Amino acid sequence: MAGLSLLDWALDGLLALLLLWLAWRALASPELFRAVVLFIAFGLVLALVWARLYAVDVALAEMAIGAGVTGALLLAALVRLEPPIGRGRQDARDGEVYDHD
Amino acid sequence: MTEPQHRPGSGRQPASDGAAASGTSRAPEALPPLARVLLALALLGLFGGLAAAVLSLAQPAPGLAAAVAERLDESGVSHPVTAVLLNFRGYDTLLELVVLVLALMGTWSVGRARGCAGNAPGPLLRQLPGLLAPLMVLVAGYLLWVGAHAPGGAFQAGSLLGGVGILLCLSGRTLPPWAQRPSLRVLAVLGVAVFTLLGTVAALLPGGAPLDWPPAQAKTLILTIELAAMLSIGVILAALFTGGRP
Repeated sequence: MAGLSLLDWALDGLLALLLLWLAWRALASPELFRAVVLFIAFGLVLALVWARLYAVDVALAEMAIGAGVTGALLLAALVRLEPPIGRGRQDARDGEVYDHD
Repeated sequence: MTEPQHRPGSGRQPASDGAAASGTSRAPEALPPLARVLLALALLGLFGGLAAAVLSLAQPAPGLAAAVAERLDESGVSHPVTAVLLNFRGYDTLLELVVLVLALMGTWSVGRARGCAGNAPGPLLRQLPGLLAPLMVLVAGYLLWVGAHAPGGAFQAGSLLGGVGILLCLSGRTLPPWAQRPSLRVLAVLGVAVFTLLGTVAALLPGGAPLDWPPAQAKTLILTIELAAMLSIGVILAALFTGGRP
């Protein structure tokens, strides 16, 4: 029983530290693409944390919306922020101004 | 972020170009050491205050769990979360759907979508959606159905449908013409419309109140609303991904 509880503590502690570390890395990363990928990883670990807290509904929503759809939206926004380089796209339309401020 | 290459003829003035190159996409100026220490102390104080507030919360936390459990039989579903979201606190869910519709309207008012036809998928993205999309639709239907008695429900199922849309868009597939203008808009507001309509009908019943489902029909009503909400959420999330008016 004590061993199981110790394992629980180790798992929860690892998840909490991982969550904080991912959050810090996502915020501190100067490279936006890396920050978005870290944010998605953060969402997945957060879903695990919700599942550990027996909030399976929240875990499902976090994984699908927080990590999945928001990550895709952020990546789509990132593509719009940067002038397309390579990738064989031709979407630098007239009248669209890319501002980096 | 790497400094993007400005192409000739991209419309930028040379002067502002130089300013942009030196001013943006650099790391922000480092704070002086004293300010950093003060900032760290202030943040630590904030953290301590928040931690103290959390630790001083009553144990066990007061809540409405007992009240929900007591009247779960009248809600039409056996999963307490779904009972709260779709029955006891229907207003919250209705307004969440409205927020999603407003977000879509805001995005559509900003500009036009880039369209999915321009996406040039690699071999993986060309093949995978054909296998994954039907499976994801199936899982979405399962999540919707299972929400009545286990974790799941319209939002999870809807975001899965939204994921199907994003996957199809990334693989360069576009909507058929019949699905674009009116049907897309009807689907986007379907959840709010069905929810409001049924909520109003419930108010007109003898002894009824807005969004107050009669226990005998509650399960059918909740499933109808969740079905409409799932379709709306899926369409809205996928449309948000394309980033503008279709």
